[in-house]
Amino acid sequence: MNITLSEAQSLALRRLLETGLPLTPRPFQALAEQIEACEAQVLDQMRLWHEQGLFRRVGLVVNHRALGFSANAMLVLDVPDALVDEVGRRLGQAPGINLCYQRPRRLPQWQYNLFCMIHGRQRDRVEAQVQALLQEHMLDDLPHQLLFSSHLFKQCGGRFAAPAGASIDG
Amino acid sequence: MTPSPLARRLIDRFQHGLPLCAEPFKAMAETLGCSEAEVIDCLQHLQLAGTLSRVGPVFEHSRAGASTLAALAVPPERLHQVAARVSQYPEVNHNYAREHRYNLWFVLTGPDRAHLDIILQELEQDTGLTPLDLPMLTAYRIDLGFALETAP
Repeated sequence: MNITLSEAQSLALRRLLETGLPLTPRPFQALAEQIEACEAQVLDQMRLWHEQGLFRRVGLVVNHRALGFSANAMLVLDVPDALVDEVGRRLGQAPGINLCYQRPRRLPQWQYNLFCMIHGRQRDRVEAQVQALLQEHMLDDLPHQLLFSSHLFKQCGGRFAAPAGASIDG
Repeated sequence: MTPSPLARRLIDRFQHGLPLCAEPFKAMAETLGCSEAEVIDCLQHLQLAGTLSRVGPVFEHSRAGASTLAALAVPPERLHQVAARVSQYPEVNHNYAREHRYNLWFVLTGPDRAHLDIILQELEQDTGLTPLDLPMLTAYRIDLGFALETAP
């Protein structure tokens, strides 16, 4: 059993992880050096965080636009509250749906409570896929809208660690 | 860009499940039947080409802190100016124009909910526009990346 990281070291590690692993044979060793810890401590911490559910996934974070996935659509539906879990679970399993979340309505400005993300190469094919999906699940009578993105202003990883303070120096 | 065969296999196999071991790229290479150097070289090329943002964890918003999806209905002539204001915040990680009356959509992440409230208030004061604040209530699909082959 290794000595666990100090609070300042874990916070520093989280901030380093937000920008990704160094692409070297021993990436956790390289991170450990930056926070004055050893590789085994960093790996233990990573596994612990993984078990605790802090990571949604660990792997390649791909810029879908650079791969030609420029038709990025958000499908929003107004699903009766009693049905939203059932519909959400079904759409969440459908092929082509990358994310499926329930979010609150904000009436009267915003009536939709179920959000699905679809990344595709061509707009007309995404539209056709969504139409087919809604028909298949008999949801095409529900109020819904498909919001395509028209411009990307910014895309990067989340910044969860506090933006100021928490240096491990000294 | 068109990814190389190895790049496609890396993308299809390792958007999740990166081995948490001392030599993860070597372990990935063993799974794919190539060398560690080829994996690292391929990832470096993907990163230089802008195809790969990074390799590592995607944090679970609800566990790692607070996050919300916010939207603004911006008069079209002000869209770029307001978008630039929104993007200035390091707490904003996705910021998109979308075709809707609510035409600017962005994800805010921070250490806690109070931190996000301050930013939403600042944005409202600065722009005169009231953001929609749509935090996630339930996730029905775990994000595992996306498939190159089956996407429309």
